Amino acid sequence: MAENLAGTIAERDGFIVTKGKNKKQLQCDTDSSAGCVSQRACVYCGARVVLNPITDAIHLVHGPIGCASYTWDIRGSLSSGAELYRNSFSTDLKEQDIIFGGAKKLSAAIDGLMEKYQAKLVFVYSTCIVGVIGDDLEAICSAASQKHNIAVIPVESSGFIGNKSAGYRAAGDALLRLIKPSQSAVIEKNNSINYLGDFNLAGEAWIIQNYLRQMGVELNVTFTGDSRYTALKSAPKAKLNIIQCAGSMIYMAGKMEELYQIPYIQISFLGIEDTATSLRKIAAALGEESMIAKAEALIAKETQRVEAIIKGYRTKLQGKKAAIFVGGGFKAISLIKQFREIGIDVVMIGTQTGRKEEYETINDLVDDGTVILDDANPAELEKFMMEKGANLLVGGVKERPLAYKLGIAFIDHNHDRKHPLSGFEGAVNFAEEVYSTVCSPVWNSLAKLRIEGGVTDHG
Amino acid sequence: MLDCTPKEITERKSGGMINPAKTCQPIGAMYAALGIHKCLPHSHGSQGCCSYHRMHLTRHFRDPVMASTSCFTEGSSVFGGGANLKASIQNVFHIYKPDVMAIHTTCLTETIGDDVSSIIKTAEVAADKLVIHANTPSYVGSHITGFSNMTKAMVSYLAKNTLPKKKEQANIIPGFVNPGDMREIKRLVQSMDIEYIMFPDTSGVVDSPMTGEFQMYPEGGTTVEQLKDTGNSQLSLALGRFASSDPADLLNKQCGVPAAVLKTPIGIKATDALLMTLRNSFAREIPKELEIERGQLVDIMTDTHFHFHGKTVAIFGDPDIVTGLTEFVLSLGMVPLHVLTGTPGGSSNSAAGSFEDDINEMLKGAGIEANVKSAGDLFTLHQWIKNQPVDLLIGNTYGKYIARAEDIPFMRVGFPILDRSVHSYLPIVGYQGAMRLIEMISNALLDRADRDAKDEDFELVM
Repeated sequence: MAENLAGTIAERDGFIVTKGKNKKQLQCDTDSSAGCVSQRACVYCGARVVLNPITDAIHLVHGPIGCASYTWDIRGSLSSGAELYRNSFSTDLKEQDIIFGGAKKLSAAIDGLMEKYQAKLVFVYSTCIVGVIGDDLEAICSAASQKHNIAVIPVESSGFIGNKSAGYRAAGDALLRLIKPSQSAVIEKNNSINYLGDFNLAGEAWIIQNYLRQMGVELNVTFTGDSRYTALKSAPKAKLNIIQCAGSMIYMAGKMEELYQIPYIQISFLGIEDTATSLRKIAAALGEESMIAKAEALIAKETQRVEAIIKGYRTKLQGKKAAIFVGGGFKAISLIKQFREIGIDVVMIGTQTGRKEEYETINDLVDDGTVILDDANPAELEKFMMEKGANLLVGGVKERPLAYKLGIAFIDHNHDRKHPLSGFEGAVNFAEEVYSTVCSPVWNSLAKLRIEGGVTDHG
Repeated sequence: MLDCTPKEITERKSGGMINPAKTCQPIGAMYAALGIHKCLPHSHGSQGCCSYHRMHLTRHFRDPVMASTSCFTEGSSVFGGGANLKASIQNVFHIYKPDVMAIHTTCLTETIGDDVSSIIKTAEVAADKLVIHANTPSYVGSHITGFSNMTKAMVSYLAKNTLPKKKEQANIIPGFVNPGDMREIKRLVQSMDIEYIMFPDTSGVVDSPMTGEFQMYPEGGTTVEQLKDTGNSQLSLALGRFASSDPADLLNKQCGVPAAVLKTPIGIKATDALLMTLRNSFAREIPKELEIERGQLVDIMTDTHFHFHGKTVAIFGDPDIVTGLTEFVLSLGMVPLHVLTGTPGGSSNSAAGSFEDDINEMLKGAGIEANVKSAGDLFTLHQWIKNQPVDLLIGNTYGKYIARAEDIPFMRVGFPILDRSVHSYLPIVGYQGAMRLIEMISNALLDRADRDAKDEDFELVM
């Protein structure tokens, strides 16, 4: 079976390289081939995952029911208060709406929701069909905004206009509209920073917020994990933007620099090394002596605390091989380093939407022989994981059962993560999760079957 | 508290949904297509649709779900998706090598008006390969409608009446149920010693065993030969009118196979009805082994009935499943106060009756007045429960918000179940499935009784 699937389509050749073997540059950032079993999602998906963590907003999906059903509370981003975002709102367009237009239904839906929930902010997501039937979202949202005296923001996220990255941009545009001060308002700058690209999965943003507090850094608002309308509106006041998930937020950060003169730096809180580097970068960017000192104290204390624990895992995991297939390139880069911390080599690495520069960094970081691939399909993932003898795959929901079927351990680095993987605590959780799956006794049951069946164990 | 639903019920004018109890047609079509042997479902639309459906099915079944997509771009939606679909057909057979490619449409491709059947006709497909399709506009019906439409497509594309006389063979159309249920229905029919073709049949596909190898096309699924042969069967049994009656009706029109539309065999009455229909149509005796199972079930029902009598319950989910569950809890002496499905009343273009009528008739027979609604949402269900609380909530995973907000015991049945495992392997149909349901209901109610009991009321023997 595996042999049959190993043959990849010629059109895909440019999207796969092996470090040290191929001189060619990896192709990426293009549309997927028609007829592929892609692991990628759509524009709406990208926009929704970025905006959904805004907890006190009504997230209204304008379209037939599916798009709302599949995104109902799947993000796993936690809230410290409001829970409105965990409900699913849809205009549930029907056949007659497709023929006569969905404008009236949308207005009525906003009115109806405003009667029930006193929200200050409504996002109206456009789906594929809205892009085709041509409802004027701008006009409808603007009228609703005036009527209810709240922010009603259209999100231009028709699924077919691009891939997930286009959705990040659509979300960025919506956020930029949200934070735009009224014309008369004067922006009073303060010493705070905005934290971009943390969605508070499993409470990760809270960990980082706690570090910043310990360093004496004032956090203005997080985009968008556990954020609310009022805090988001204050975003232009900040002095600095720090970006964790660059794929989703780099566009937004660039725009904020242009519009509000807020410079940005890219940081990563995945793994001990990157966490320490990032905290130093933030302190240096803010330039206050006391912060630099506090950062060093924090790093010293935390590194010492977690290193012993991580070392314990490293002895158990040394020599295991990992495969990575995640959404964005920046996360992939951090993961390579993080695996190194626990003694694991990365033998295959790919992303859904990584950018050219990110793939260059990946290429620099990995060992010769590592397979690098963009927008891979399951057959390709299977082929290279088996060829390279991976013991573990890092991926999202669709990759999990694929890995398990191959007898390969798995950790979720996406919406389904159950433990925070950020910061020093996260590094420990990461090592523990890797250990608990790679060294689980369940794999022994499979090995036994293989011996009895005379099949060679690849693990 | 994770509860944003106001108690006061006001008129809902907009027609929008809050916390839906349904999803869209294409995912049902994808699930049905997985029940054909060596078939790759294909989503003709944007990449996200396919991704979401695979994700949702993967979360429910915890097995790999393979499907391809036409990967729409702005250009294809302006100029039509014909080129994408043709390229898809070529690529799919070239790379993934299925025997069958089952295309379903999406709201996008329905609205721009791609003529899928013409595109298929002009596409180059090898002689031993097959392409079928179903129109599944997301803005009509629900995932159940999509399942029905893809099952109908299996008939319209493949079923042939090739023999002068019908075979002594039954078509079993199981509806949108888990592979565990399909296995159990097959076991019942086999133990009656009746030849049958079940379609679609996802057992062996989304509950495939772990072998250390990834099989793009696991061993299960109805074969193309079998699908062709459905036209020669003596009878079609459509289990669940919403998911199954349309394909059975089409088989009757197309190949002259008479159809019997029965309830999904949940509980003793519906299982009896299935077995009696088989017995009468194929002149078989009910085997001893099933007599014993039935006797055991009745024994369990009598042993436990005092736990259930008069307990109020709210049930939501897919119409065929909810109908079966309602009938079963009534047979235990429970009182369904709220019964809701998100799927609109009658499956589209079918003469089948309405969900609300079915349920109301059953309730009337038991002298119960209740809230009953099709095309409803969980916001409505939650409001009902706030105004008239129940002892037990039965439904899919999404019920957990209501159960938590109202502190009600919650029993997970249906699709999707995203937060528990094993459910898709074990049946709720047949006598054995009914036993399992009783165990689930008992555990939910009695665990709660234990939790809430004061020390002096806390009992060892229950």
